[in-house]
Amino acid sequence: MPKVKIDGFEIEVPDGTTILQAARMIGGDIVPPAMCYYSSLKGSGSKCRTCMVKVTKGSDKDPRPMPKLVTSCQTMVMDGMEVANTSSEEVLKARAGVVEFLLLNHPLDCPICDQAGECHLQDLAYEHGASGTRYEFERRTFEKIDIGPYIKLHMTRCILCYRCVYVANQLTENRVHGILNRGDHAEISTFIEKAIDNEFSGNMIDVCPVGALTDRTFRFKSRVWFLNPMDAHRDCPTCSGNAVVWMYGNEIFRVTGRKDQYGEVHEFICNTCRFEKKAVSDWHIEGPRNIDRHSVIAQGHYGQKALTVR
Amino acid sequence: MQLTNRSVQVVNKKMTFMERIYLPAIFKGMATTLRHFFMRPATVRYPEVKREFAPVYRGWHVLKRDEQGRENCTACGLCAVACPAEAITMVAEERQKGEEHLYREEKYAATYEINMLRCIFCGLCEEACPKEAIFLTDRIVPADYARNGFIFGKDMLVEGTTPDKRVDVSVRQKHVQEKKWAAEGVKS
Repeated sequence: MPKVKIDGFEIEVPDGTTILQAARMIGGDIVPPAMCYYSSLKGSGSKCRTCMVKVTKGSDKDPRPMPKLVTSCQTMVMDGMEVANTSSEEVLKARAGVVEFLLLNHPLDCPICDQAGECHLQDLAYEHGASGTRYEFERRTFEKIDIGPYIKLHMTRCILCYRCVYVANQLTENRVHGILNRGDHAEISTFIEKAIDNEFSGNMIDVCPVGALTDRTFRFKSRVWFLNPMDAHRDCPTCSGNAVVWMYGNEIFRVTGRKDQYGEVHEFICNTCRFEKKAVSDWHIEGPRNIDRHSVIAQGHYGQKALTVR
Repeated sequence: MQLTNRSVQVVNKKMTFMERIYLPAIFKGMATTLRHFFMRPATVRYPEVKREFAPVYRGWHVLKRDEQGRENCTACGLCAVACPAEAITMVAEERQKGEEHLYREEKYAATYEINMLRCIFCGLCEEACPKEAIFLTDRIVPADYARNGFIFGKDMLVEGTTPDKRVDVSVRQKHVQEKKWAAEGVKS
């Protein structure tokens, strides 16, 4: 069992744990942000470079520091490894640079985007980015495409994290979308305007860290912070049926999977649950979902449990 | 026992002759009244005469259009979330093909309502607005007999397209911008 020290916090983790996973076991502010890594998707990670950390001591056997910053989602911990995340000036500077790169072509259309309020890129840019850009060229733009009857693709907003590709690969039998071209020309597309009609395709929306893939049935219906997220379940023959329904009064505006504190869904839900069951009678509503009180989604939720004062 | 130090002992003092005839007190009161005839009145004859407002007065809101007459508001909901009185509600809709001359962005507010009875005219909505769409103006919200009349929809808020119906908010705009810069620590 290797012991690793991250920003001064020591933890013993099983073999084969990555630095990011170890940091998540410790929790708190020292967890590096991740835009492309998704713990339940095999092969995800190391695309976005936001989770880069500095390894100041390789291991007990080889205490030399690693020469460059490493992606914490891919690097395994070694016994005696010492990692600096927020305590390292270099990491923060590099991360600010990564954010600037991610935002090069990202349109600043948050007031329009349905993801605003639960967007990882928003959080990341707010915490780590600079308020301005140095980019002087025209941003690349794409037309919006309807991929299938339920999903809208805004390629302009995409940061090429590949999560939607992995989720289609690992959750469904045949994937009909992928990333075409390379480098600056890379874009997500379906094979010759083929519609995505798989029963689990809606999970692409949940895994998308930005607003590139959005729910067409929820398009411009409301803003996430006006809705009340409620834990709910239903007897579903295809999926677990555990979901979050986003309610406004007595109306269900949208249904999503249950995201954990890192924005990851562990029980993927099917399209029937997500897009077709929007009556309150379809669901057994368990109660209000626990939302971090710093999140904009938690504003104005008077019905939530009061904090106990010790 | 004395509970407070403000209690006063009651005295049933006999009034003097001058006090009993009351006339001196009446003349004294009349003199005060008469003096006020020649003083400058504290009120103005609204609406014929209007007081001069502060250049950054916060009154009746306006939803601005851009130079081409398209509505700036995209119904992002930031004003509603910033509103401490929860006076603002809106319903968004997607802009259709052929409506590009009406709305600036692909989403617009189909309905936009401010409850003027709830509004406290704090100006947080205009500070929150990322699109320079909402501003408070120096117009006074008119009185009304019914409560329904105070829920202002888009017909009462959006400015007109013709030049004479435009609402000038340049002073307010500058003021809001300076406030935003101050919050960000930018020197103007």
